[in-house]
Amino acid sequence: MNSFEYASPTDLETAIGLLGARFGETEILAGGTDLVTSLKQGIVSPKRVVSLKGIENLKGIEAGADAVQIGAMTPLVDLLENASVRKSFPSITAAIEGIGSPQIIAMGTVGGDLCQRPRCWYYRQGFGLLGQLDGESLIPQGDNRYHAIFGNSGPAYFVSASSLGPPLIALGATLEITGAKGKTRKVAAAEFFRTPKSADERENVLAANEVLTRISIPARGLANATYEVRQREGLDWPLVTASVAFSRKAGAGRASVVLGHVAPTPWNVPEAAALLDGKSANEELAARVAEAAVHSARPLSKNAYKVRLVKTAVKRAILAAAEQREG
Amino acid sequence: MQRKPPDNPSGFSRREFLRGVGATSVAASGLLVAGMPDEAAAAPGDPVGPGETKITLSINGENKSVSVEPRTTLLDALRNRLDITGAKKVCDRGTCGACTVIKDGRAIYSCTALAIDVQGSKITTVEGLGTPDELSPVQAAFVHNDAQQCGFCTPGFVVACTAMLKAHPTPTAEQVRLGLGGNLCRCGTYAGIKEAIVEAGKTASISRGTGGGGAT
Amino acid sequence: MTSILWPAKEQLKLIGKRIDRVDGPAKSSGAAKYSLDINRPGLLYGKILGASIAAGTLKSLDTKAAEALAGVRAVHVMTEPGRPINWAGQEIVALAADTEEIATEALRLIKAEYERSPPQMDDADPQKVEGKPRTRTEGNPAEGFAQAAASVSGRYGVATITHCCLEPHGQVSEFRDGELHVWPSTQAVSGYANQLVKPAGLESNKIHIDCQYMGGGFGSKFGPDAWGAVCVELAKKAGKAVKLLLDRDLELMIAGNRPSAFADIKVGADKEGRVTAWESKVWGSSGVGNYGAPPLPYVFAFPNQNTESQGIRTNRGAVKAWRAPGHPQGCAITMAALEDLAAKLGMDPLEFFLKNLQFAPEALRETYREELMVAADLIDYKSKAHPRGDKTKGPIKRGLGISLHTWGGAGHASACDVTINPDGSVVASMGTQDLGVGTRTCLGIVVAETLGLPLEAVQVNIGKNAYPTSGGSGGSTTIGGISSSSRRAAVAALDELLKRVATELNISPDELEAADSKIRAKANPQKSMAWKDACKLLGQMAITQQGRHQGGARTELTSSGVGGVQIADVSVDVETGLVKMNEMVAVQDCGLIIDLKLAESQVLGALIMGVTYALFEEAIYDPQTGRMLNADMEFYRLATLSDVGKLRVHMMTGKGYDERGVIGLGEPPVISPGAAISNAVANAIGVRVSSIPLTPDRVIEALEKGGVRT
Repeated sequence: MNSFEYASPTDLETAIGLLGARFGETEILAGGTDLVTSLKQGIVSPKRVVSLKGIENLKGIEAGADAVQIGAMTPLVDLLENASVRKSFPSITAAIEGIGSPQIIAMGTVGGDLCQRPRCWYYRQGFGLLGQLDGESLIPQGDNRYHAIFGNSGPAYFVSASSLGPPLIALGATLEITGAKGKTRKVAAAEFFRTPKSADERENVLAANEVLTRISIPARGLANATYEVRQREGLDWPLVTASVAFSRKAGAGRASVVLGHVAPTPWNVPEAAALLDGKSANEELAARVAEAAVHSARPLSKNAYKVRLVKTAVKRAILAAAEQREG
Repeated sequence: MQRKPPDNPSGFSRREFLRGVGATSVAASGLLVAGMPDEAAAAPGDPVGPGETKITLSINGENKSVSVEPRTTLLDALRNRLDITGAKKVCDRGTCGACTVIKDGRAIYSCTALAIDVQGSKITTVEGLGTPDELSPVQAAFVHNDAQQCGFCTPGFVVACTAMLKAHPTPTAEQVRLGLGGNLCRCGTYAGIKEAIVEAGKTASISRGTGGGGAT
Repeated sequence: MTSILWPAKEQLKLIGKRIDRVDGPAKSSGAAKYSLDINRPGLLYGKILGASIAAGTLKSLDTKAAEALAGVRAVHVMTEPGRPINWAGQEIVALAADTEEIATEALRLIKAEYERSPPQMDDADPQKVEGKPRTRTEGNPAEGFAQAAASVSGRYGVATITHCCLEPHGQVSEFRDGELHVWPSTQAVSGYANQLVKPAGLESNKIHIDCQYMGGGFGSKFGPDAWGAVCVELAKKAGKAVKLLLDRDLELMIAGNRPSAFADIKVGADKEGRVTAWESKVWGSSGVGNYGAPPLPYVFAFPNQNTESQGIRTNRGAVKAWRAPGHPQGCAITMAALEDLAAKLGMDPLEFFLKNLQFAPEALRETYREELMVAADLIDYKSKAHPRGDKTKGPIKRGLGISLHTWGGAGHASACDVTINPDGSVVASMGTQDLGVGTRTCLGIVVAETLGLPLEAVQVNIGKNAYPTSGGSGGSTTIGGISSSSRRAAVAALDELLKRVATELNISPDELEAADSKIRAKANPQKSMAWKDACKLLGQMAITQQGRHQGGARTELTSSGVGGVQIADVSVDVETGLVKMNEMVAVQDCGLIIDLKLAESQVLGALIMGVTYALFEEAIYDPQTGRMLNADMEFYRLATLSDVGKLRVHMMTGKGYDERGVIGLGEPPVISPGAAISNAVANAIGVRVSSIPLTPDRVIEALEKGGVRT
């Protein structure tokens, strides 16, 4: 990795002041599990790294009556061990457990999970975020077994690596972002992720000198679950995941089905979720929702198997959520 | 969607022009203050580096002073600068667990932590758990149950097991899955490790029991 | 000369018992220093730049910027401009710098320009074979198939995998006082220096090798390779010690791989289930070298068979011996085809294999029969077995799979010095190495047993070329070689001591024995002398005797040729394609066992390595750029602790086994897991997943295509 300077400010304003306005100049260090790897791979070469670990008010979980507030620098393990999160949001707990490595769970942060870069092996080998050689994408003709089956008409074919993105979107979470001069904005988790059109863009709406500070999950008492298909019991990237949230009250209109590791962003399938609204979920309904969820899937040359996995994950997530008591 | 152009095209705070990153560009414009050491007069939060900086790390109960660059990982600081080589460099990408150390009570990958970023934390390496003549219960259980072959992954597993058993002295299969899922072995010592967990867990429970505290 | 044998079973105090490895405490406490851990004064860090293309030519090379970087001390070009590039990661430049960080940064400053050619990466397409096929016909296959009541045809495959040693290849090199000191990670201590004579510019006797601990080799670490040689060059240029072990990506790309094998098989049997004919055509990735085709058909020699093999040239890093070279591939292909045939005949696979033991090597038939019975018992075969295709409702299908394997395992040539000092201390020295299998421990056990001493009384010196020459650790040859040479050395040294004691006790030397830290009269144990007192009789001069093992398939102390049986019990989720290991049993013979605990560890480790290549492991190459896409430990998956299921090992010992003497064990148990697990999956889901690893994409593809026709 190239050399860089390091700063560990103790307040947010200083931290933001230390960030460059353009990507490439500076990088934010949270848990380091992705950034330090990216630095070693040379896929980011900032001149300065700004650590947020010293900013105490970015850490912590507060369970209020209306919402649970989570500081972006909260370690994943704190979220995992939080009793009220486990009770109300098993979809989040399952997603963290799915990471499979206590070391990653101890080091990684909530914000870091949402902002981590894709694991696409063309990207990580130095072919750019879009996996291109001489301006042509290597992915459609290449080995795309772990790539996108949705939202993959190009130029991005990678899959979002975030574990928490799908459940947070399904639960209707809001993210708070702070930028220069303390300017703060809120975006729905569903609006946070985006598909880059060029290799210089990033996979979310953060500007280079903005910091994701807080995540707020509304307490709506939804049944919710995450189901992941992973090859290994230990640390592994899922092949696909599905997070669902729904109310069993008729006409509640809150049902949500969000897929992970299938598209350049967490992939919301509202048309499938609509089938769930106000129904009592059973095997047959779950299977119908699962079918609807893959309706627009367009596999690449080597990842058609993911379609079956998505159907399974959706079905099993729904059935797992349906078993929960009305909260 | 096009993002708004940034207000300040340089994007860097003024501080940069006086130190650190700006050094080369500043040197070219003749503004560099000669010989300014990196750590001098650094207020908390001021950038340091990119050259070497002296830091203090708490390792196995001792404060160790060491010069690192900001890019130096904790693993490289331990192995290359402090000659503490129990933690191994294998994947060097936070995947295999051979570099596992305990930081403030939790197992972490030292290969993806920057040394400069763990100042103020208590770090325990495998050497801090026991010595060949005075093995910790986990280390002894690894020997008795032959939970090692080439032994290159062993220190990482010993540290990860120690952290797990501290939280769960008699872990369930699910707790073992989560507790040791971040470590890999190539020779295939998992059967021995599973036995070692049971033995070390018993030892830990017994010693707790005789202390009158009872197992939790 | 009287022959030297193993002590009678009832006399054994250490041999064959479960004994902790002697270096366990050093390993589990982090005190053991591996080559990667050797830090020398003023040490520099070496790194290698690998080619970013897989095929073409290096057009130009500019190392100026790297050389100019502060802290870079030596640069050595490994591929000159104009030379061809044959695989991604091919060594271009090596350099050494003050810190690892600087060395890594310097690599990025090297400008290498290439002329790219399309790489040849496909190893699965039989149209891509090159050269003359090797063919062999025995009997009359056409007639054999005509006699068959049923036959199956199918394509089977095993993907390329790498060794993925946790300690990478390489060494630390230091010139001191005109001599070269090397700390390599190697499987062949005694042969290593001789391969560094040229880069060192020194005679072999001025090159000192020291490898006390090494982090895995599996067949890939016999010589210094280009990395060791260039490490010496850098140390020479810089005038300082240099540590150069490969970074993980290069370790996976260039440090060796196990070649793939794909085969079209046709096999037929009569209605009793006896195989009447076999036809196979096998091909696979040979890299830029020759293809070492797997043995087909494996274990069995059928009456009518026709075999053909041919390699495919690919732009991949060098093929290297991988634990039991060729056998896991040959086994997976053969046992899968046979199990498919049993399924077509509607025959239980256990019965089928038993019936066809008549085609197994005569010396192993009874062993296999016994082992099949023991294995079936251990896994409760009778109550769990079902015909192909688990009819249980729901997505989880369970199945059993059987496989058989064989290996030689004769001891390699080895010399050992045993010294008995006047103060009673004992030293055994040998230029061997401990790959983690327990060589150090076994050496100590043999010498201690022979001298009637406790294990800790023997100091074992290994890992240096200053000690007597012993073979490289490959092909399961180490335990035979080192146990035999050390037994001979210890017996010879003891004989010398007994002569002195005999004079003192006024008795004939052959009436004496060493036991319980005493020298005593065999007929009258009361008549004895404590070990220390006996050694005092030596005065000032120690006894040193050398023992030699010359090699060979059968000696007084060793032999070769083992059989093993494994049965896997798996569950397959047909909605995800995930295969879960429930249980696996291994039944293995290896003659006389020196340390039962370590022998069982070897087999358990082999099962785990086997689960890994059966379910997860695969080197994935990009068809366009030729780069290895998973040259990391994230997508180059090794099994984790909770993936391997319940494992049970049964070692065949006692009558009929122990008297064969010592036989190697490293390779045999790693051969069958791919086959057994593939067969168990087929038994569970009713179709064959045609190639290994049995990943969800392959399992789902098989489920959707319907597998082989039966």
